[in-house]
Amino acid sequence: MTAEVRFELPKAAVTLERIKPDGLMVRLAGNWRISGHPPGAAAVETQLRGMADVHRLGYDAAAVTDWDSGLLAFLVRTSTAATAAKIAVDFGGLPSGVQQLLKLAAAVPERAGARRGTTVQPILDQIGKATQALGRQSGEMVAFIGETVVGFGHLIRGKARFRMVDALILAQECGAQALGIVSLISVLVGLILAFVGSVQLKQFGAQIFVANLVGVGTAREMGALMTAIIMAGRTGAAFAAQLGTMEVNEEIDALKTFGFSPIDFLVMPRMMALIIMMPFLCVYSDLLGIFGGGIVGVTMLDISLVQYVNQTLGALTLTDFLIGIVKSAVFGILIALSGCLRGMQCGRSASAVGAAATSAVVTSIVLIVVADGLFSVLLDILGI
Amino acid sequence: MAAPHETPEPAIVIRDLDMAYGSFVIQRDLTFTIQRGDIFIIMGGSGCGKSTLLRHLIGLKEPARGEVIYSGGRSLWEADETGRQAILRGVGVLYQKGALWSSMTLAENIALPIEAYTDLPKDEVKQLCSLKLALVGLAGFEDYYPSEISGGMQKRAALARAMALDPEILFFDEPSAGLDPISSRLLDELILQLRDSLGATVVIVTHELASIFAIGTNSVFLDPDTKTMIAQGDPKKLLAESKDPKVRKFLTRGEDQSTSAKGAQLR
Repeated sequence: MTAEVRFELPKAAVTLERIKPDGLMVRLAGNWRISGHPPGAAAVETQLRGMADVHRLGYDAAAVTDWDSGLLAFLVRTSTAATAAKIAVDFGGLPSGVQQLLKLAAAVPERAGARRGTTVQPILDQIGKATQALGRQSGEMVAFIGETVVGFGHLIRGKARFRMVDALILAQECGAQALGIVSLISVLVGLILAFVGSVQLKQFGAQIFVANLVGVGTAREMGALMTAIIMAGRTGAAFAAQLGTMEVNEEIDALKTFGFSPIDFLVMPRMMALIIMMPFLCVYSDLLGIFGGGIVGVTMLDISLVQYVNQTLGALTLTDFLIGIVKSAVFGILIALSGCLRGMQCGRSASAVGAAATSAVVTSIVLIVVADGLFSVLLDILGI
Repeated sequence: MAAPHETPEPAIVIRDLDMAYGSFVIQRDLTFTIQRGDIFIIMGGSGCGKSTLLRHLIGLKEPARGEVIYSGGRSLWEADETGRQAILRGVGVLYQKGALWSSMTLAENIALPIEAYTDLPKDEVKQLCSLKLALVGLAGFEDYYPSEISGGMQKRAALARAMALDPEILFFDEPSAGLDPISSRLLDELILQLRDSLGATVVIVTHELASIFAIGTNSVFLDPDTKTMIAQGDPKKLLAESKDPKVRKFLTRGEDQSTSAKGAQLR
């Protein structure tokens, strides 16, 4: 059996010693590694300030067993305080490694004006800057919309250069591959609508009208809106991240030097894919939403399936569906627009790609909700 | 020393070029000429605007002032968009990170510009792509995606793409960045061979001294402090003859005894 051997390093210690006429010797001892929690420099600093008759400062590190940045930080702080108090500092008594590192740290003087102020900017300043940024961003957005319209012109005249394969893959990504999540959300939203509606309608014994509520609500509003919000989070963010990464990798520059317009080549296929796929997803979402409502109606409200279907068919007109479909196409444009805009504006760093994706989702959801509001007002005025 | 060719027509003339981001001037009063067949080096310390100058030469950034004139007196920035595109058809660019289009295979990367600007049948385009890849030592990698090959191979594939349209002028942005010394030298040799066999003009942005001396035939030196060019000429001659301490320091990695103070300072 061997006895347990433990190394106990001597703790870091600092003692101050006055040297005859006007000197002060800082004697250091023990383990000066950061992990050993060496004493702070603050005590020495305050002592230094109290000694008006000290004009020379020396260090003696003969008893230091171990050191790393912990010692360096202590030395830099105390020596800076000493220099500020017009005390001459002599590093002669330190290990040569420490001396070299200190020399290195002081070799290149701080560049004037390089240090960033951490002071808080006045609120007016911040408001002004934010307003300027908003103005600039709006300008960029309008310019981008303009470029996109020109791109659409190219597309319609068949002059836009892009790869059909890309467009088809994109259509698959934002069409078929979104079916799963759209199914789940649509059924659940249908269920929720039916639940909330049934509680109210039961009070009048009018449970059967849950079918009207769910049918009309889904076809005119929720189908398109929920699909759009799912696609904003799913595809809008993906567009922004894809284009942002291409910007970071100089791939967009490479397109430009080969004479390909990034709008034609990258934005148009994405825009097309969403405009074409969104109405399909919307119709699919409508049907599943109504199905979700039907589950509640049939299982919990004692409505027979035939009754529910008949009631729904009676309540819905083709116009209701068309309204949802038109809306969804418009939402598709908005999602593609904001996703691509944020991607193209992306800065040249990894964090900028993340910011672009976030901002794409926020922008598209805001635009979708605003557009939906405008639709409601417009449809009300038109009496549809 | 006079150039071996007599009064050659310049490939690019840069005249009184000022570069700026907004009101922040990066370089001003750049005037130099890139002769045909040159391997022209744009050099200078980090952050002096080398890559920005490149972006001005390949039509990605408009100069604050001055002109970039390609052979035949065609001014890049006075031309309209179609004119500029026509000039840039004669230009190939190898970007710092390769910038291969990541959603396409190597062959598709090379085929895209060929299909856009020629009306060759599909199988000829395919053959051409294979040829370009073979030229850079990547035969057989047609169907790989850029993410599936190493950094050095990506650079070479990007070079193959830059040569897709048989450009008269090839631009390289830091070709040796991220390459080990051997790959870097092989790339230099490839550049030399391609220059000699295709008769192309080569413009390289770099601060890699080994490459600069190995292949450079002419150069400009950009200085970030005075914000202009402070030397031009054959880099080997600059090393031998330049009196400018900044140029000497750069070309000797700061080890030149005559310029640096005794007792090797770390600055």
